[in-house]
Amino acid sequence: MASPSGTPTKITQGSPTKGVIGESTLRPDGTLKVTGEFAYSSDMWHEDMLWGQILRSTVAHAEIVSIDTSQALAMPGVYAVLTYDDLPTDVKNYGLEIQDTPVLAHGKVRHHGEPVALVAADHPETARRAAAKINVDYRELPVITDEASATAPDALLVHENRDDHHAGHVPHPNIVHRQPIVRGDVAAARERADVIVEGEYTFGMQDQAFLGPESGLAVPEEDGGVHLYIATQWLHSDLRQIAPVLGLPEDKVRMTLSGVGGAFGGREDLSMQIHACLLALRTGKPVKIVYNRFESFFGHVHRHPAKLHYEHGATKDGKLTHMKCRIVLDGGAYASASPAVVGNASSLSVGPYVVEDVDIEAIALYTNNPPCGAMRGFGAVQACFAYEAQMDKLAAKLGMDPVEFRRLNAMEQGTLLPTGQPVDSPAPVAELLRRVKAMPMPPERQWESSEGADVRQLPGGLSNTTHGEGVVRGVGYAVGIKNVGFSEGFDDYSTAKVRVEVVAGEPVATVHTAMAEVGQGGVTVHAQIARTELGVTQVTIHPADTQVGSAGSTSASRQTYVTGGAVKNSCELVREKVLEIGRRKFGSYHPAWATAELLLEGGKVVTDGGEVLSDLADVLEGETVEVEAEWRHRPTEPFDLRTGQGNGHVQYSFAAHRAVVEVDTELGLVKVIELACAQDVGKALNPLSVLGQIQGGTTQGLGVAVMEEIVVDPKTAKVRNPSFTDYLIPTILDTPTIPVDVLELADEHAPYGLRGIGEAPTLSSTPAVLAAIRNATGLELNRTPVRPEHLTGTQLS
Amino acid sequence: MRVNFTVNGRQQEADDVWEGESLLYVLRERMGLPGSKNACEQGECGSCTVRLDGVPVCACLVAAGQVEGREVVTVEGLADFAKQRSCGTGGCGTSLQDSQHWDAKGTDSQTGEGTELSPIQQAFIDAGAVQCGFCTPGLLVAADEMLERNPNPSDADIREALSGNLCRCTGYEKIMDAVRLAAARQSEAV
Amino acid sequence: MDFLRPASWEEALAAKAEHPTAVPIAGGTDVMVEINFDHRRPEYLLDLNRIGDLSEWEVGEESVRLGASVPYTKIMENLRAELPGLALASHTVASPQIRNRGGVGGNLGTASPAGDAHPALLAAGAEVEVESVRGSRLIPIDAFYTGVKRNALAADELIRAVHVKKADGPQQFSKVGTRNAMVIAVCAFGLALHPGTRTVRTGIGSAAPTPVRAKAAEEFLNAALEEGGFWDNGKIVTPSVAKQFADLCSAACNPIDDVRGTASYRRHAVGVMARRTLTWTWESYRGTRRTTEGAA
Repeated sequence: MASPSGTPTKITQGSPTKGVIGESTLRPDGTLKVTGEFAYSSDMWHEDMLWGQILRSTVAHAEIVSIDTSQALAMPGVYAVLTYDDLPTDVKNYGLEIQDTPVLAHGKVRHHGEPVALVAADHPETARRAAAKINVDYRELPVITDEASATAPDALLVHENRDDHHAGHVPHPNIVHRQPIVRGDVAAARERADVIVEGEYTFGMQDQAFLGPESGLAVPEEDGGVHLYIATQWLHSDLRQIAPVLGLPEDKVRMTLSGVGGAFGGREDLSMQIHACLLALRTGKPVKIVYNRFESFFGHVHRHPAKLHYEHGATKDGKLTHMKCRIVLDGGAYASASPAVVGNASSLSVGPYVVEDVDIEAIALYTNNPPCGAMRGFGAVQACFAYEAQMDKLAAKLGMDPVEFRRLNAMEQGTLLPTGQPVDSPAPVAELLRRVKAMPMPPERQWESSEGADVRQLPGGLSNTTHGEGVVRGVGYAVGIKNVGFSEGFDDYSTAKVRVEVVAGEPVATVHTAMAEVGQGGVTVHAQIARTELGVTQVTIHPADTQVGSAGSTSASRQTYVTGGAVKNSCELVREKVLEIGRRKFGSYHPAWATAELLLEGGKVVTDGGEVLSDLADVLEGETVEVEAEWRHRPTEPFDLRTGQGNGHVQYSFAAHRAVVEVDTELGLVKVIELACAQDVGKALNPLSVLGQIQGGTTQGLGVAVMEEIVVDPKTAKVRNPSFTDYLIPTILDTPTIPVDVLELADEHAPYGLRGIGEAPTLSSTPAVLAAIRNATGLELNRTPVRPEHLTGTQLS
Repeated sequence: MRVNFTVNGRQQEADDVWEGESLLYVLRERMGLPGSKNACEQGECGSCTVRLDGVPVCACLVAAGQVEGREVVTVEGLADFAKQRSCGTGGCGTSLQDSQHWDAKGTDSQTGEGTELSPIQQAFIDAGAVQCGFCTPGLLVAADEMLERNPNPSDADIREALSGNLCRCTGYEKIMDAVRLAAARQSEAV
Repeated sequence: MDFLRPASWEEALAAKAEHPTAVPIAGGTDVMVEINFDHRRPEYLLDLNRIGDLSEWEVGEESVRLGASVPYTKIMENLRAELPGLALASHTVASPQIRNRGGVGGNLGTASPAGDAHPALLAAGAEVEVESVRGSRLIPIDAFYTGVKRNALAADELIRAVHVKKADGPQQFSKVGTRNAMVIAVCAFGLALHPGTRTVRTGIGSAAPTPVRAKAAEEFLNAALEEGGFWDNGKIVTPSVAKQFADLCSAACNPIDDVRGTASYRRHAVGVMARRTLTWTWESYRGTRRTTEGAA
């Protein structure tokens, strides 16, 4: 079959500068992206392709009495209609860790919007009309929506007959996973406390809201296999889940990464991958599936909403004595990443503070709410919102400055986490707080300037709700800790294939990995690493696909660390081979070939003293050097299931924020004036990209502070706002200036000393905004997002 | 139904268009111009912003039949559009012809280095305003039009003009930088 | 689905008479969302884009005749002096892209209580010019909204224009949304002072099944202003009068709890907006130098 249009191609990038690490090299895909030529998964097109459509459940919890597809199948232009009965093998479920998610519903649906049937037709409208003609008879069941209904004595089980590896240690089958962490003697420490504060916090369900909805194109291949062009975060994880359902060996499911329109965790789980492949294999034609925004809200997991109960104590001189917390995460109908989110929420529940006596419990529930899983910050976000509120409460109760109180209790290198693991790299928590507090404050009461009020700079914005009336300023601070990389004993490796050769007289390096470039700029950094290690100018980035080993997931702030580390490692192996060739070819001309430390720089082989021995092109004449190698970070251990002890994490990332807000206290509208951030990045491989990550992460934290929430009806478990009309994300008028102070304290264990950076800014942004709103209003505000109702006392009674 | 209109200076015809199709669908799926992005289909994100008879609109909310006989400029035609504008009418090379021979399919495999870009496109690259890039085409069309109307925008003007374009990656700071940069370069060039 | 493309107003009326179920489409900002999201599959779409005079306006002695498809952007740019309330409301409509396409005819045709134009039209005073092959009529704005997303149009009628009274005094418009731009109203409020008749008029959006006026509040304020000689002496409206006006505006609401806001909040916010817009308009009337329209 002819290849589709929109297939990714190699991108070769030179660089007017050295283009090495530490420079703000520009994106290799930048030109394609600004001209509209960069092909995203939804842009794929194939001659004769069909459109796939998914029929989703209209209710949250029900038995499926019958499905009648006959009318749909009879429609002209319809090529296939598939239900559970059409699945080709015994493998009918998938899942990241627990294979509990049906490819198509079998006898039962467990959440609103669950896939029930598939249609392939020659036009999307034909497919939609056909899907509408599939008749599904549901017998509705009571819905489980919270901890009380999940663990009630007569609770229905969301999943009966669980046999996953968490089933044995959870207190109830409607609990996916439970992780307690106990350390020290909380009862004794509590005795030492002069003040104790308690709080019950609620974190709403946030959506990743990446702009490019789920989409892809599956093309059947002549060998009976299928080629899937897809936007995902981890090609090999997808492959491992897709192939068994199709009944194909993994080498017959070829996967190529298409352009990815953002991810933020929402593409860790499968969405339409298997569905498109099933339809393509059934019809023998290429099948494209593109979700619209409505479907996207049902098509991926969300950030776990959470209830968090915290108790902290402190002595009157401001030292934390102990912490008790219980974190209940709503995992929704399927497990997704819930177990790992529990691991993060529990192990990072203390935050970046020294607390030796702790009693922690985190659980994730199975309910009939929308499934929840990975989103930027991954369990650490919810905890940070709660512990930072607690820090402010404690400071207030002690009459201390909230920043000074935090600094007094800040962890540093060597501090033990509640898991007993020492933090073995710089932990500049106090310094980040100092820096963010020292940044200049934005001017006050701008609306009183001589030009008069500009409503665009006031709460309410263009809606013209205030010209300054009722507006009060508030300032708030927060700091957080996020683990980098996959934790708890996961074999977290990446693979990189690197080649050097001479093309048109010039040495060119090619980097081939399966890393999902989702916008973060991994491809930029890979080219910089190759230039740094191999001394070349031209670097070709090969499209990501499954023809090379796994690069792990583009998540957990890990790609620059782990796949970047793999690229560095493979480059070093290539360099050794190149030098071997050089010694073989030219060793006899100069003794330094044998005796000196040799480097590749500026297209030449040089000694560490700077003496040029040869052009790299001459060494490579007639040769191609290629290495594919795996690289892994230091191993971690699982947390003990009873005590939570264990060296579970590999690296940490720290960020602090100061939020300045102006609140219209009468209308309950908030304008964030500035969100200053200080973050330690270890080593900024690309400073411009670092700023982009910090500012983007900060803004997602802002969103869940003041507007973003998927609202689920507690009576029906149905989603009430699956659209961009009612699920609001910040516009450019909601987003303030975000000054950033970047600290670079090297982590000696990581490549170049770098730290994963993508998630930390999402943690502290939200509690900083909340703290600022509390500061402005004097209200307690124990839930996020804050709605105007909470600021004006007009909630539902 | 059949729809005839001009896209990026070139006459186009689409056949067998379903009456409920949007301009966005016709551009993307029938004309091989997928640069305009489909992110919400409800006018709430601006990713599909194109110029319809010169005016920025959401292509997802224009019925295909409504563009009969009208002129559309998409991100694919932005560089030529900007070039023509800066040259005034006539006497400035072959940009119109170039645009008429423009074809989105079968693009080459390079970064596009050497590709001629409009000032706003170049500024987006230089300022780091592109991450995943899905919002970029719509933002470019909107920002280009704003700079045409208002060559020296204040920050508040930029924010207002781009308030219909959502971005989820950047936090908008680098987008602000890019528009300021394009405005500054534009005023230097005059 | 059929796509009807009348080239003239007469052709449009004929098409609507022949196909009363035809859904008019102009800016497309409501209709296309419903089609894209599969909420609606009309038998006929009736495109009004080719009828040029729907996008034109005439400024008369007493009123502005505003074509149904005049985009909100044009209202903001060209009619600020004549229709300040509607110009402010236009500026809050969705996004620049939507304001470039959408017009008042769409708001009136959809008749959603959340339409941004309604409070401004109610406050200014307006008549909707509708027409069918049977003839033309003017529907007073107060009689136009008949239920949730229902209006006084007959099946064969199309909205041609709206005749909005030219401002003879200050007007204001405020809208609450939970975002600083591109947001649907949680609730909205319009206020117009009419010094010529010594009356005030109001409009409330998104806080009742239809857009409504707060008539009791208007009557109270008319009486209070008259009684205190405020129109003549230009004194500051006393806080107690402003408060009672605000309370009566809140009381005029009949809101629901929905995903965008609670009924209780809507009532509260309408009161706050009523008080503030009264202050802004009255300050402006008093001729202080304080800017009244915001810098928006």
